[in-house]
Amino acid sequence: MYPFQFESAASEQDAIALLGANPDARFLAGGTTLVDLMKHDVERPARVVDINQLSLTTVEEIDGGGLRIGAMVRNSDLANHPLVRERYPVLSQALLAGASPQLRNMATTGGNLLQRARCQYFRDVANACNKREPGSGCSALHGINRIHAVLGTSEQCIATHPSDMAVALAALDAIVRVRGAGGERTIPLVDFHLMPHDRPDRETRLEHGELIVSVDVPPLPFAKRSLYIKVRDRASYAFTLASAAVALDVRDGVIRAARIALGGVATKPWRVPDAESALENTSADGAAFGRAAELALSGAVAREHNAFKIELAKRTLIRALTRAAAIA
Amino acid sequence: MSIDTTRRAESVGEPLDRVDGRLKVTGAATYAAEYPLHDVAHAVLITSSIAKGRVRRIETAAAERVPGILAILTPQNAPRLPGVQAGNTGARGPAARGAASMRVPTILQNDEVHYNGQPIGLIVADTLDHALAAHDVIRVDYAAEHPVLDMDTAPRNPPESVHPLGGARTFRLGDVDAGLGAAEVKVDHTYTTPLENHNPMEVHNTLAAWEGDRLTLYESTQGIFSVRNTVARQFGIAPENVRVIAHFTGGGFGSKGGAWSHETLAAMAAKRVGRPVKLMLTRRQMFGPTGGRPRTVQHVTLGAKRDGTLTAIRHYSTSNTSTLEDWIEPALSQTRMLYASPNIETQYDVVRINVGSPTFMRAPGESTGTFALESAMDELAYALGMDPIQLRLANYAEVDPENNHPWSSKSLRECYRVGAEKFGWGRRNMAPRTMRDGRWLVGYGLATATYPARTAPASTTARLLPDGRAVIVAGTQEIGCGTYTVMSQIAADALGVPPDRVTFELGETTMPETPASTGSVTAASTGSAVYQAANALKQKVVSMGLRPGESYESFIKRSGGQPIEVTISARPGPEQQQYSMHSFGAVFTEVRVDPDLALVRIPRIVTAHAVGKVLNLKTATSQIQGGVIWGIGMALLEETQIDPNNGRYLNADLAEYKVPVNADVGTIDVHFIDEHDPHVNAIGVKGAGEIGITGVAASIANAVYHATGKRVRDLPIRIEKIL
Ligand SMILES: Cc1cc2nc3c(=O)[nH]c(=O)nc-3n(C[C@H](O)[C@H](O)[C@H](O)COP(=O)(O)OP(=O)(O)OC[C@H]3O[C@@H](n4cnc5c(N)ncnc54)[C@H](O)[C@@H]3O)c2cc1C
Ligand code: SF4
Repeated sequence: MYPFQFESAASEQDAIALLGANPDARFLAGGTTLVDLMKHDVERPARVVDINQLSLTTVEEIDGGGLRIGAMVRNSDLANHPLVRERYPVLSQALLAGASPQLRNMATTGGNLLQRARCQYFRDVANACNKREPGSGCSALHGINRIHAVLGTSEQCIATHPSDMAVALAALDAIVRVRGAGGERTIPLVDFHLMPHDRPDRETRLEHGELIVSVDVPPLPFAKRSLYIKVRDRASYAFTLASAAVALDVRDGVIRAARIALGGVATKPWRVPDAESALENTSADGAAFGRAAELALSGAVAREHNAFKIELAKRTLIRALTRAAAIA
Repeated sequence: MSIDTTRRAESVGEPLDRVDGRLKVTGAATYAAEYPLHDVAHAVLITSSIAKGRVRRIETAAAERVPGILAILTPQNAPRLPGVQAGNTGARGPAARGAASMRVPTILQNDEVHYNGQPIGLIVADTLDHALAAHDVIRVDYAAEHPVLDMDTAPRNPPESVHPLGGARTFRLGDVDAGLGAAEVKVDHTYTTPLENHNPMEVHNTLAAWEGDRLTLYESTQGIFSVRNTVARQFGIAPENVRVIAHFTGGGFGSKGGAWSHETLAAMAAKRVGRPVKLMLTRRQMFGPTGGRPRTVQHVTLGAKRDGTLTAIRHYSTSNTSTLEDWIEPALSQTRMLYASPNIETQYDVVRINVGSPTFMRAPGESTGTFALESAMDELAYALGMDPIQLRLANYAEVDPENNHPWSSKSLRECYRVGAEKFGWGRRNMAPRTMRDGRWLVGYGLATATYPARTAPASTTARLLPDGRAVIVAGTQEIGCGTYTVMSQIAADALGVPPDRVTFELGETTMPETPASTGSVTAASTGSAVYQAANALKQKVVSMGLRPGESYESFIKRSGGQPIEVTISARPGPEQQQYSMHSFGAVFTEVRVDPDLALVRIPRIVTAHAVGKVLNLKTATSQIQGGVIWGIGMALLEETQIDPNNGRYLNADLAEYKVPVNADVGTIDVHFIDEHDPHVNAIGVKGAGEIGITGVAASIANAVYHATGKRVRDLPIRIEKIL
């Protein structure tokens, strides 16, 4: 631990200015990622800007049945919000499958999107890590890589994106609204996170000084029948090994539309459009689900300890599709 | 002993609430780091980031400029301790042996690095923040060497010495080769268990304060006297000049059985800065510097006749140790005594790798050893097509096969019977993959539990106060097992008063000496001493003229108003040499396995144990349940990961080092067999602290086999092993 400056932002403008003024500054929301990593010396902001006074804490209805989720809405409040439970069960379930009640009470919507890799090498500064120190090497490639990604990896980084919430939001075509010194802009969630390529330290399209103000979830009537299945080492309080967020529009046994995203296996929340279109206008049965699962994992690359994730992810997706079809 | 001063029910055996429960849940119980000493300085450890080599130099200039820094100890500037031979530990040999000199580099007596995360320095400051800020700017220059990390390719050696718990390196009864030759059915497999770390809730911590050449250590420990003796020897001072205080310890599970490095380092620092020094390890520093369970590779060969009688048992165990000392996981003890085979052979080896030294971890040996032996017995049962309980009964040892001694008591048959009945073992189809509940595959598994019943010498003072209350004093430890409570109960019964008239005091080396709270000895040993002291006190009062029916209070009032006191030393009797003394049990598990996603769930475990006298049904049940939960972790989750290239501990926190959470634990239905053991010790107690974990991992693995047809011989049973 090291000395750093602590500021409390009174308004969004204030927050943006306080952050923009210092290239080494970070916002502090729930702190469950940031403070943890600061204690481990992984994050070393010179200035910490507390945004807990900002009023980004509401969930509001927007045009045609969608929801605008304030960046500071806590994960537990969001999971238990009646409109979320009713319209987007997949989102509620994904949130409740994450972390522990204590952490969810602190964790925020904005912070959750920006949570950082759980790769053990990233979290311990004694190891080389391209994400932490570009160019230093990736210890996971030839280390223990059981929890690492099989999709979207590069030879520079194979860390999974750990968020459950973001997987559900990817399936739901959510839009991230951000505000910076120059005003507001929107970024589709599926484009918000970046694959590592040769710069694993660049994780999102957010610019320094930009504040996430909300996440907008557009209306999706059939998301009423959506769900999230997460497989992990223990029954609760563990990051995902493989997960699937799915929503199916099934009418008369025929799939009209599908939304599928995978978690725990990819370097970012992993939407699989190919698998979705393969399901459209097919009958909702095991054969179709199996084909979709093959397509979803088709580009997967296994490392020494994580090959099982490919099969596990397929089975998880098949289970999720089978269940979704049953409630449809 | 016919007087009964008051009428009351017997307290021993009752599920009395913990007498210290309220203190604990209200935060009023004081743990080591919480003692409010004046002018305390704060220390943080510097640990290595290489696994092997030397510390060339620790660059401290920047750190020294941080405000409030009082001292930075390094291998270069740390005081040389008179009781430590600072010789090169890398060169093994008699000079390197002996507990005090073993971990020399970890107390800064030389510059060697033996594992990644090893203590190599200490920063002391006026506040913790300043110490941490200084730590942030420390730079270490190493002469790094290539570490040895892979146990499977590193050389295997006979251990320099085997810990007394483990027996001899090699044990041979009869002729195993001949026995295997005569066998009609054989099983022959290798079982492995991973590195594990204890992770008690309270991290190791010390508060050290000198007054002249007298040292006081507030310690989180299972063994105040062993810490005292080690530290006194290192500093070259008389043991009486070291006072160790531990009124409460937040769990230890073997990792706090004796001194590591932090006690010595805190004491060194306190001396250097002339102030009390507090050193609290981080969770990460609990991986390496304070021991763990070594990895074991166990090869079991069983031979049997068609009727199930064993003709031979061979069990070899290789475990890793550090390059600092040879410590073997005593995984073979149960194999020498559990089954009546005419031919038994066991042998230990060690592999020296660059990790922290292993140590005792709950049921050291029996927890890992029963996984191998009881898995192999299940495999034999399937090879024979015989019910696993029948197979065990066919080989029931009526005397201890290791030495032919009779058992002081053994109720294992009862354990199988009661456990099977409560569990509903009769509903089991033998064939794997034949029981289902909807989508879930259902499996029933069984394993035997066993742990030695040890009693060690212990002393106790018993005192009657003028108000008729009793104070019982013994230098033992409360590590969460319920020691305050059961000792009060034992004394209350012996004195003939209700337990709330007794106050039990523990946790200081100025008190009568008792053994460390390890090896399940405390209830048996200190309990016997408390019992004898309380009895001696009562006899003394009777001999002084207590009238039948008279209260202690009234007697003291009319006989001068002074407290009355006795101190006794209890020693185990000659029965220890005449009988074999062990607790036994049977663990029955139901698992459900999702065949697609390879999820293992454990809705229920039923146990039946015979542990001699149960002192308190509630705390004893907690001990077994805690052991079973740990067994679930051992079977399904726990593994310390070490990076194969640099030996870094990879999952050194409680998010990634996985232990069961509530959702992983179903019903644990604990039963005790009523067992009277006239030989084991004065109170008939065999101890319940460790047996609870034994057999659990095998019971679960056997149930997983029954559910899925997949035999997992390599713990933990993770998703990928059954997918
Ligand atoms: C032990 C443990 C287990 C966990 N298990 C899971 C799990 O199973 N599944 C899962 O999905 N997650 C899990 N998490 C992660 C958890 O969900 C995240 O830590 C949490 O969501 C982060 O939110 P926060 O508000 O605390 O973020 P903070 O720590 O406050 O911030 C995280 C990052 O986001 C930035 N930030 C925060 N808000 C904004 C904003 N409005 N605009 C711009 N930048 C912002 C911060 O500057 C910081 O860089 C776990 C965490 C822990 C510690
Ligand atoms: S996988 Fe990524 S985060 Fe992990 S060590 Fe490699 S570069 Fe770092």
